[in-house]
Amino acid sequence: MENTKKAFAGISKNINLEDRNSKILSSIEEAVKKSGLKDGMTISFHHAFRGGDRVLNAVLSVIAKMGFKDLTVASSSLASVHDEIIEHIESGVVTQLYTSGLRSKLGEAISSGIMKNPVQIHSHGGRVQLLQSGELSVDVAFIGVPCIDKYGNASGYKGRSKCGSLGYAMSDAQYAKYVIALSETMEPYPNLPASISQDQVDSIVMVDEVGDPSQIGEGATRMTTNPKELLLARRTARVIENSGLFKEGFSIQTGTGGASLATTLFLSEKMEEKGITASFGLGGITGTMVYMLKRGLIKTLLDVQSFDEFAAKSLGENPNHIEISANEYANFGSKGAAIKQLDVVVLSALEIDTDFNVNVITGSKGILRGASGGHSDTAAEAKLSIIVAPLTRGRIPTITKKVNTIVTPGGSVDVVVTDQGIAVHPRNTELKEKLIKAGLTIVDINELYERAIQLCGKPKDIEYTDKVVAQIRYRDGSVLDEVKQLAK
Amino acid sequence: MNILKKSAYAGTLESSDAYIHVSPIQENEIKLILESSVEEIYGEAIEELVVQTLKEMKINNILVKVQDKGALDFVIKARLQAAILRACESNEPVWEELS
Repeated sequence: MENTKKAFAGISKNINLEDRNSKILSSIEEAVKKSGLKDGMTISFHHAFRGGDRVLNAVLSVIAKMGFKDLTVASSSLASVHDEIIEHIESGVVTQLYTSGLRSKLGEAISSGIMKNPVQIHSHGGRVQLLQSGELSVDVAFIGVPCIDKYGNASGYKGRSKCGSLGYAMSDAQYAKYVIALSETMEPYPNLPASISQDQVDSIVMVDEVGDPSQIGEGATRMTTNPKELLLARRTARVIENSGLFKEGFSIQTGTGGASLATTLFLSEKMEEKGITASFGLGGITGTMVYMLKRGLIKTLLDVQSFDEFAAKSLGENPNHIEISANEYANFGSKGAAIKQLDVVVLSALEIDTDFNVNVITGSKGILRGASGGHSDTAAEAKLSIIVAPLTRGRIPTITKKVNTIVTPGGSVDVVVTDQGIAVHPRNTELKEKLIKAGLTIVDINELYERAIQLCGKPKDIEYTDKVVAQIRYRDGSVLDEVKQLAK
Repeated sequence: MNILKKSAYAGTLESSDAYIHVSPIQENEIKLILESSVEEIYGEAIEELVVQTLKEMKINNILVKVQDKGALDFVIKARLQAAILRACESNEPVWEELS
């Protein structure tokens, strides 16, 4: 072994000042060339800009012009702004997709069968699992960041297009072979604290815009006035209050959406009344959670994705508002995912069936129009997972005999709260007793189903072909369910 | 048999409602044009409901245009009955036909 070591070659010190700025390239095209991208490779994106993302479309259009084919595009999620991918699928530039969500025209096109290979739908934690297992091996990661320095230190809580947490991008930067950071604001070196660090970034390209600030927040954080949502929220808060978990130091995750936001506010009132504070709030963080942090009701926010401008701003201002990566958040194979310390999660649903399985990805007509997100990750690990949904949406029953697509298996769901009654999973006998004692209306989930059908009538089964258009990957990487092509 | 004397409508295009337009036609038949936000899963059920309601009201020559925004059955039925009564200029409805 001794003989194989190299002998010292001597050193002649020669600092080239140009080298110190050599990461900055003049165009996306130049960065793509330098990355060594080839046909058939995998490129990745993150979705912290949500509907305001300006990176994915810009990069794909450059790559398409450069003549690349047969690429796998792995974006942590996709929004309606990404419908342009359709043309790149049709022209053969993109032949495989990995994503948490599919919506809008892209979802419709995939459901109608425009891709040969089924789209791989993963959860937020499951994506990191796929990166770790090697199935998803990213050759080039394109990471849009609101601000950066010349050496690659990037963050999301400053700049014009501030998106807040870069939690999903952090995992991409960790696993990709080549990282291209795209930004619109250059900060003096060193731009710290940084979410993406200089030792992870190969190239930097300055672009006009990485995001549209007006579209980054998923709508303002305000109290819903919808009486049904308020009813759902009040009930959900009462379930949490009487679950046995509502005590000093408890932890909670809630999502966006009227009922979820309102639940947080109703819960705040109860916390103030009883003098209880939460140890941490987790996941996608909203202005409502920031409000609780500021009032001292929550001690720490662990933020993998900032849902609105209030959260994005707070991330840079409050020392107890902490950015975490997708691996720290929810990865199944992580050495420490925060969901494993979580008490309560409040989740939404498109459909819930009488076995408590939850669908958040396909609509009532069988079309892909949702996102897996952290749904199955948090439901599996939180001590109490509560699914909140109205019994019917217009004429569409939410409680069904069998969901179109399983994203979260019923075995990980604890309680379903609807406007027509609360159903508790049969294995939670103790919890059921507690909720009944508290005066809540507990019903069998089959009763909820019967009620929905009485109101709406039995929906006709959707007709599919045998072609699989998407596979639902569970958080451990296994195939949980498949989405078929629509018959017409 | 009830006779439609003119065109008439009932309902709105609000979510969970239906806008139903009826008009008399020469031919002795029922023509139905259905647009529904839930057509794929409830289209046939709505068609059946319309035909059944017309039968109960003894209407045989009519053009019915339904623009449904996910209304429940009883809403669609009530809108259809209201439109027909207006079209028949009927001030004293036969309540048995409107069950």
